[in-house]
Order: sequence, then structure tokens, then C-alpha cells
Amino acid sequence: MRHLLSTQDLSRDDAILILDTAGQMAATQEREVRKLPTLRGKTVVNLFFEDSTRTRISFEAAAKRLSADVINFSAKGSSVSKGESLKDTALTLQAMGADAVVVRHWASGAAYQLAHGGWLHGSVLNAGDGTHQHPTQALLDAFTMRRHLVGSPEGAGLDGLTVAIVGDVLHSRVARSNVQLLHTLGAKVVLVAPPTLVPVGIARWPCDVVHTLDEAIEGYDIDALMMLRVQRERMTGGGSAFFPSPEEYTRLFGLDGDRLGRLPEHAIVMHPGPMNRGLEISAEAADSPRSVIVEQVGNGVAVRMAALYLLLAGEEGAQ
Amino acid sequence: MSRPIVILNASLYGDTTASIVVEDGVITQVGETVDAPEGAWEIDASGLVALPGLVDLHTHLREPGREDAETIETGSRAAAVGGWTAVHAMANTNPVSDTAGVVEQVYSRGQEIGLVDVFPVGAVTVGLKGEHLSEMGAMANSRARVRLFSDDGVCVYDPVIMRRALEYVKTFDGAVVQHAQDLRLTEGSQMHEGEVSAELGLAGWPAVAEESIVARDALLAEHVGSRVHVQHLSTRGSVEIVRWAKDRGIAVTAEATPHHLLLTHESARTYDPLFKVNPPLRTEDDVEALRAAVADGTIDIIATDHAPHASEDKDCEWAAASFGMLGLETAVGVVQKVLVDSGLMTWRDVARVMSENPARIGKVDHLHGRPLAVGEPANITLVDPKAAWTVSADALSSRARNTPYGGIELPGRAVVTLLRGAPTHIDASLNPPTEGVPA
Amino acid sequence: MTGTLLGAPDIGRALTRIAHEILERNDGADSVVLLGIPTRGLPLAERIAHRIAEVEPDFDADARCGALDITMYRDDLHKQPTRAIGTTRVPSAGIDDQVVVLVDDVLHTGRTIRAALDAVKDLGRPKAVQLAVLVDRGHRELPIRADFVGKNLPTSRSERVDVHLEEIDGDDAVILSAGRSDA
Repeated sequence: MRHLLSTQDLSRDDAILILDTAGQMAATQEREVRKLPTLRGKTVVNLFFEDSTRTRISFEAAAKRLSADVINFSAKGSSVSKGESLKDTALTLQAMGADAVVVRHWASGAAYQLAHGGWLHGSVLNAGDGTHQHPTQALLDAFTMRRHLVGSPEGAGLDGLTVAIVGDVLHSRVARSNVQLLHTLGAKVVLVAPPTLVPVGIARWPCDVVHTLDEAIEGYDIDALMMLRVQRERMTGGGSAFFPSPEEYTRLFGLDGDRLGRLPEHAIVMHPGPMNRGLEISAEAADSPRSVIVEQVGNGVAVRMAALYLLLAGEEGAQ
Repeated sequence: MSRPIVILNASLYGDTTASIVVEDGVITQVGETVDAPEGAWEIDASGLVALPGLVDLHTHLREPGREDAETIETGSRAAAVGGWTAVHAMANTNPVSDTAGVVEQVYSRGQEIGLVDVFPVGAVTVGLKGEHLSEMGAMANSRARVRLFSDDGVCVYDPVIMRRALEYVKTFDGAVVQHAQDLRLTEGSQMHEGEVSAELGLAGWPAVAEESIVARDALLAEHVGSRVHVQHLSTRGSVEIVRWAKDRGIAVTAEATPHHLLLTHESARTYDPLFKVNPPLRTEDDVEALRAAVADGTIDIIATDHAPHASEDKDCEWAAASFGMLGLETAVGVVQKVLVDSGLMTWRDVARVMSENPARIGKVDHLHGRPLAVGEPANITLVDPKAAWTVSADALSSRARNTPYGGIELPGRAVVTLLRGAPTHIDASLNPPTEGVPA
Repeated sequence: MTGTLLGAPDIGRALTRIAHEILERNDGADSVVLLGIPTRGLPLAERIAHRIAEVEPDFDADARCGALDITMYRDDLHKQPTRAIGTTRVPSAGIDDQVVVLVDDVLHTGRTIRAALDAVKDLGRPKAVQLAVLVDRGHRELPIRADFVGKNLPTSRSERVDVHLEEIDGDDAVILSAGRSDA
């Protein structure tokens, strides 16, 4: 692996190697001394064109626990005001000698362009690009599912599991990343969303689509239920709103105690955060023992350590 | 006055072999054998196809306003190299071509450069804002003799404004040239809405956003008895609507661009903004429908939508990049590749869709798109259909570099362009004479 | 001299001797834990632990034997293709204030043991660290020596020493070949 841009680029073996490595990384994080010397002398740049404190500190912790030097680089700009160009930023990072660039960007494809623009030599880790991909989120989700739902996790995929992903699929890089990765790992995926929030052209995705949460709970033996965050701007667009009201969304798609009770007993509840309590998930569901939402955050560090290790530790150009 | 020119043994329209003599800007002889005037420059045209000079109904020259991307001069040179003798310059300049003053300036500058006739297209509404009709009459009656009006780049979205514009242009036998795009359905849109956009996470641009406007405008044109020309058709649905409208006798004409005849939305997978264009590249099925429609006459013309952009507007994130791609210098090669070499059309048909029909729609058919016959103005393009070449952005004459065809091999190209008997482009392979010919 | 230098009986005897030496050196096995370095150090550590348990019935071989993966402590990561990370398993007795005996198959440059010492340091603070190896082939690049050696094998740098173990390779043997690089 030279870059980690999309879960679509990962073979089953690649994905399992990352998860297994993350397992070893997680084990080191239970020790008294959690810092490893592995990436001493390497420089990791966190390049954030979009604010995301959670993702940034997760990558920062991962890099630091592996002894890499971390430089945080916040670049302002949006599709409206372009700000510093991606190319100029990349050239700057190249001059600074970045071995890896962790990039979060508002534009779909920015990570791909950074990796393939010929502007820098380092590895590129996509930490979320527009509404396209967020591969480490999908990997940490898969890691969390494997820990809870697979007997002996090491070396295993997610074969035979059924995962429902509920919410704004259209604008979700988390959903796109998860559908691909879960499919690669052998799980069955059910997307649950109002038709307005399902992309046109979804027919070829390796998943089922249903339009109410009750239909999913009744029709499938769900092992993991992943609730996506509903962005406020999706419902306040006046004539452009994607659903009539927050209340109606909660009625049809919200996870509450009643729906939680109708899931199989072993099923886990996930959310990439930050949650809108009372909208897509009730407090009762979020705080139930079946919720692994807090654990997802911890696993994020282990998965990102694994990704950094696999991209950066090996011989240059040997991959 | 330029030297007389003898074009020896060209294939006229790709059909019959004949020689052509050009003197004082006019064709003076056409035949198997001709008498060469004294001092004539002789072009050995065996194997070359002679066509009436090509006429582009859809060109962005960017002057005034964005001379860093293209000027009337660099755009004229690109046009001449591409085989064009006339281009219609779109109104979305800065200032907008919405007054007689601006269109006269553009027209005069084109004449002054003299490489190609530049016919300005006037804006339908003031500042392309879609609110008030521009003074179309003044532009029509100016020296620029404007006959086509378009807010290209933006759709004339308000149905009442569109109706008024269609009615008003009848005064001077003009036509409204519509950029068919429902603005509400395409807010923030980045690429064709379909399985590729779904995967790439780029906001979708539904086919219906084009088709609904094409249908509306055809019905409006019928209702008020006027002429509408639809730009850059990109979907099978649009083709079917235009076909239906023509069957019904509505005065609708339509164009397709070379890029919509060759490229598909799959190109977006590279996230390279060179492939970002308005309307977006569509599916393989749409491409097939467009090719068939050009061949059967449903689509009347091929127009380039040559849209130069400064590199900083393309060397950036997809969503931040400008829409548009270069087209003047590659159009002949692309058309040969997708329509002629594929057997869908002959060179005779190419003369129709790239010269005669556009001249007629643009109301410049007294000057361009004329027969290759004695007494006609010598606007002639010689195409070498065997001169395959690999497109390189840096080798283009345009000031901009945003061609989507870099590295692609095209089967042929224009090797000589004559504007009223004066060579405006001579390919280096023809050993151009040093005297009497512009550099 | 190439070919099989040690067979299964030789290896068995060497490990038994090492087990006894460990007991002697540490006045019994009360505070001894063994950490095998994957891949082949691990079964060797287990075998030695079971031999100690045969002599000292109070010694719980499973509780006092662990695994120490040193991949993330290597100093040559950037010179090799990316390595998969192995498991580190701290013995349930822990390592603080214990005598940790590192176990590996071949001692060569000493770099693996250097990495292992760093790794041990991050796991806790042992009373002492000792080193047991099945084969010492020389060519040290660091000031490191083994406390317990199954067999000293003088080799040339260009030769290759391969250790086969029943648990991993299906047979027990130490093989010397005229390979081209380090074992």
C-alpha cells in the first residue's frame, strides 16, 4: 500500500491485514507505556481543509503513539472561497519533507488528486473527502464489529453478518466507505434511508435498500446497526429540504428504545459521531449497553496506527 | 492581395477528385484539369479532403475580460489551425456582450486579426442575469449584424423572458440559442447524475435538468412561431425531444459538441477537472444516441463549445474548478474518429454539420458554408484524414491548456485553412511558401 | 561444512541443558519468566518452560511463558518490505521484578535482541534480563552476548542458518547452507 484513499482499493487480504495490525496496536495501548518507537524520524502532516477536531486528534494520537513527528496544518477555504490551492499546499508539504499526509477536505476527490497530482512523494491518507470516502472510519467500524460479533477475530472477515446503515446515504462518505469495505469483508449491507437521501445510480452497489427502519428490523437479522448523523442543513433548505420535518425523520428512521428492543439480542449499535440525540438516535439507545459508540472512538486510534504503520514502516518503494 | 492558389487533386467533400483555383479571394476554377495562374502557389492535395471552411456556432474567446485564458487573437489562431473560417463568439465576456458597443468591438477585432470571421452572439438578457431583455435590435443593426442571441453559460430560465426573447428576435429573423439547464435542478451539480456520481460523491446533474428545458423551449417556439437553437445536447432524452419537435414542424435546431460525442462520465473517476464541463459528460448510451442523431440529421450541427480557462481554474479541486474544455483544434480529429471512421457519416455529411448548417442557422450563409464552386468565396478547409497526431496541450495554439484529449491520438486534422483565399493555416508538413502567405 | 548440524535429539538435549542452567543461575525458578521472540523463539521458550516444570513442579509453565514481538522496535524497518506485526503476550505472572529470560532461535548480529530489550522496557521493569538461544553463530554488531547457548556455530557471514522446529516446520533440525545473506 502506498496510499489509503478509498475502501474500494482494498482487497480482502489488505483489509484483514489492517484489522489484524490494528488488533496488535490496540493491545499495545493497554500497556503502561503506550508509545512505540516504530515511526521515529517520520513526519506526518495533518492537513485539514475542513474542521474536524475528532478526526484530527485521533490521527494525531495515532502518529504520536508511533513516535512520528506530527505537524498540524489547517488550510482555510471552501468551494465558495478557494483560499490556498491544493497544489500549492502540496508543494509546501513536499518541501517540508512530509512522509505521510493525512488529508481532510471539503471536496470529493481531493485526496485522490493529492496522491496522483505528482506534487508530493509521501503517502496520502484520506481522512474524509467531501461526500466521497472516509476509509479509516469504515475500517474502525469493521474493527469494532469484528471484535464484538466474530468469535476469533484475528485473520477473520465479517462473513455472514448483516449490517444496516441508517440515514443520509447521499451525502455520507461514511456510508460509501462502509458499503464497499463491508462487502469486501463478506458482510451483507442494508441501507435504510428516505428515497431523497439515496443517491441516484445506487443500483450497482452491493447492498439492499429499504425505506423505513421498521422494514429493516423486520426484514433482516441485523447484527450491527449503524446510525448516520443527519446534517441540520438537510432539513432547513426550505423547498430543498430532503424530508418534511425532524419529527417525521425520527418517526421513520430514528433509533429509540422500542426499536432497539426489537433487534436481535447480540446486535450492536454504532454511530460515527457526533450524534444528534433525539433526532437519529434517542438517549436511551445511545447510552444502552449495546451501544459501542464510545469504543469506536478508541478503536479509531488503533486503526489509524495500523494504517500509518503499514504505509510508512516498510522499505520505500517496496510495496 | 494574396497569391493565387492551386489546390491540386483534392477529394471534394471526400467524393470526387478535382483541382481548385483560387484568385482574389474567389474560387475561379474547379475541375479535373485547371489552368494554373502565373505565380500561383500549388498545393499537392492528393489524399486531402476539401471542405467548405468550417463554421463554429459556439466559441468562447474570453475577450474582453479574461485575456489570461484566451484572446480574440489566440482564439482566432486556434480556430484557423482547427480548420474554421468563422466562429460565433459567446456573450459571456466581461463586460457582457449585451450592447451594440461590445459586439462591434468584438467583431472589429476579429476582422482586424483576419484569421477567422468572428461573429458575436448577443446576450439575451442584460448582464446574462435573466431579468431584462438586452437591446437585441441595436446589436442586430450594428456593424456586427448579430442574429444569434444567447445567455450561454446560463440558461434563460424564466419562461416569460424566454417567450419574449423568442418573439422579439423575429423582428430581424434571429434565433434564441439556449443553454438548456434547469437551474434549480442543478444547484451545486458537478457531473452527470448516475452510478459514477453516486460512487464518487460528486453532486449529480440529472439528465432531466436539460431535457425539461429543451421540451419547454420547443413548445414555446411552436407557440410563438419562432426559432430556437438548442446548444450542446447531451442526453438521449434531449435527442428524442428534438426529434419529436422537428416531426411536429417546430423550428428547432440543435447542436452536439465533439466531447459529448466521444467522452463519458467515466472520465470523472480521475477527478481531473479537465473533464468537468457544462453540460456534463454523460453515459455511453447517451453518446451513442448523440452520434446517431448527428448522422440522421436530428442534431443539425457540431459546435465546439471551445471554453478556454486559465490553469489556476483547472488545477484545483473538482468542485472548485471551472466548467469547460478546449475544442477548436481537436474538433476535426474527434469528428473523424467518432463519425467518419466509424462509418456513420461521410465527409459530405461533415461539410453539412460543420459548415453549411451552422452558417445557415447563424444567418451567415451568404458568406460561409458555400458550395465549392466557381464564383464562391474561397473559404476552404483541407483535411488530411491520414495525418494521425497525438494531442499535446502544450502544442496547441490556444492560450489555455485545458484540453481533455492530452495524450490521445486523433486520426486526422485540418492542414490548410483558406479565408477568402488567404491561407490562415498551413500545416508544416506542406512546406508553406515564404511569400504571400501570412506566417 | 554445510548440511544438518543438529538433529532432533541434539536440540532436545540442548534445551534440557539450557533449562537446567537457567535454574542454576537463578537459584530455582521462583522469579523466572520466559519471553519467546516470534516466530521460532516462541516454541523454544515453551519447550524450555516445560522442561523447567519437570524439574520444579511448582513452576506453572503456561503462566510463566509469554511472547515478545519486536517488529515495532526494529531499526531496519525502512530497509525491508512492511512486516506483519506479531502478537505480544505478557505472561500472567507479569514481568515487573521478575527475571526475564528472552528466548530466540539464532543469535547473530544482536540487533533483534537490542530491539527486544527496548520492547521489554516498555512492558515493565524486570529485576534482570537474560538471553537464551539455540544457536550462536557469531558476527555480533552490538555488545550483546547470550547467557545460555545451545550450540556455538562458527559460520561465515555468507552462510545461512535455518532452524526447523516441529511446531512450525514439522521437524527439528538446524541446517547450515551456503546462502547468500544473513539468516
